[in-house]
Amino acid sequence: MKEFAYFPGCSLEKLAIGYHVSALETAKKLGMKLHEIEDWNCCGSTTYFHIDELLAYTLSARNLAIAEKTGLDLVAPCSACYKNMYFTVAHMKKDPDLAEHINYALEEDGLHFSGQINVRHLIEVYMEDIGTEEIKNNVTHPLEGVRVAPYYGCQILRPKKDHMDIEHPLFFEELLTAIGATPVDYPLKTRCCGGSLIISSRPAALTMVKNLLQSAVDRQASVIATACPMCQVNLECYQQSVNQEFGTNYSIPVLYFTQLVGLALGIAPKKLGIGKELVSALPVLATS
Amino acid sequence: MTEASETYTFTFMREVSGLLHAADGNPFPMCVQCGTCSGSCPVAAYMDYTPRQIIAMVNAGLKDQVMESNTFWYCASCYQCTVRCPQGISITELMYALQRYSIWKNKYKEGLIGPSFSEAFAKMIVRTGRTFEPILAPSYIFSFKLGEFFREIQNATELMIKGRLPLLPAQIKRLDNFKRMVRRIIPMGGVE
Repeated sequence: MKEFAYFPGCSLEKLAIGYHVSALETAKKLGMKLHEIEDWNCCGSTTYFHIDELLAYTLSARNLAIAEKTGLDLVAPCSACYKNMYFTVAHMKKDPDLAEHINYALEEDGLHFSGQINVRHLIEVYMEDIGTEEIKNNVTHPLEGVRVAPYYGCQILRPKKDHMDIEHPLFFEELLTAIGATPVDYPLKTRCCGGSLIISSRPAALTMVKNLLQSAVDRQASVIATACPMCQVNLECYQQSVNQEFGTNYSIPVLYFTQLVGLALGIAPKKLGIGKELVSALPVLATS
Repeated sequence: MTEASETYTFTFMREVSGLLHAADGNPFPMCVQCGTCSGSCPVAAYMDYTPRQIIAMVNAGLKDQVMESNTFWYCASCYQCTVRCPQGISITELMYALQRYSIWKNKYKEGLIGPSFSEAFAKMIVRTGRTFEPILAPSYIFSFKLGEFFREIQNATELMIKGRLPLLPAQIKRLDNFKRMVRRIIPMGGVE
């Protein structure tokens, strides 16, 4: 059985609870164990770097030090947590002074981070450690005829990690194909959802969300799939705001990839947190 | 001012360079003004100056105009500019540095939500170790227009009904250790 240290992140406690429960359910079904690390703290999201860069790295380093004790790779389902932790490792490895300063602070919690850990995104683990063949073998309810817009968002791809094609990634499409769904050609798939601008610069963010929704509608997608809680919230919870602002009539469900995988594996929708959406996913369930 | 101290007055470009993390060595003075960043930026249309213009302005020492612009507070941190820059400049990191500079100087364009939101977010984390969305609302909701204000409340209500909004703030267990850890980074900073 493949085992991983698991960092859920703040969003997955409530706002993205569907992502959390579907990650655990699908992992179990695919023979993978996710061990939630103890007493983790917020990673600082994209907002903490506005205030203090050193403390932002320290916040991530505390979680990394806790995870390192397990000796397992660390998996994050949230793209912002993933990006923060990935680059904290990279910076601390490259800069011994930075590492020393951060470790001096970590002493207060009896921790030390030596840099010996791999930070992975959950979707990466599905593709690389489980693999499409294994996922395909476990599919009992293929999502035939469901047209899905694979939305990558930003932080999972950018800044560039060592190994990913950032301009034309295809792994999300491959995953959707493995569960029997039809990935649509989604030209804005790596375009930003606006992130925290939904709070701080709403008119700009609503336009960005609208463009993403329109592109999915243009390609006759019946659902948008995401791998990030921030993307999910912006695209789903602010659809009504977009409609109010632009006089549009969007009503397209936005599900986590783990929820779609879970459906294909025959897991009951309720166990996957489906039913907690503001834009109902029932039309998707009806077609599959 | 003596002659010697005049000689050692830092240019704005050097001040900003000093704000970037030492490990990153961000070569923005090497910008060739190709505009790939502005062409890639999904928010450029809403910015007072595009990313390309802001870099030129920093390098030209136009500090006041840069500080009074909304540009760096409108950066969504999507890194599209950064991965495409032919000179290897992390424009996103530069935007972060300008945000920190502007918070440090307590100087920003009037009417922006970004600075107070970032501050509320930072305080929340150092107090509890966790994010608690409802506590952030006062930092922005009152600057919304009436329609948006009610839309936001309606959103929150619907999310609460669906069980997607926390009612009580979470906090980490070893909070005292955590706060002492924070104080080793920011000796006096804002933690009560």
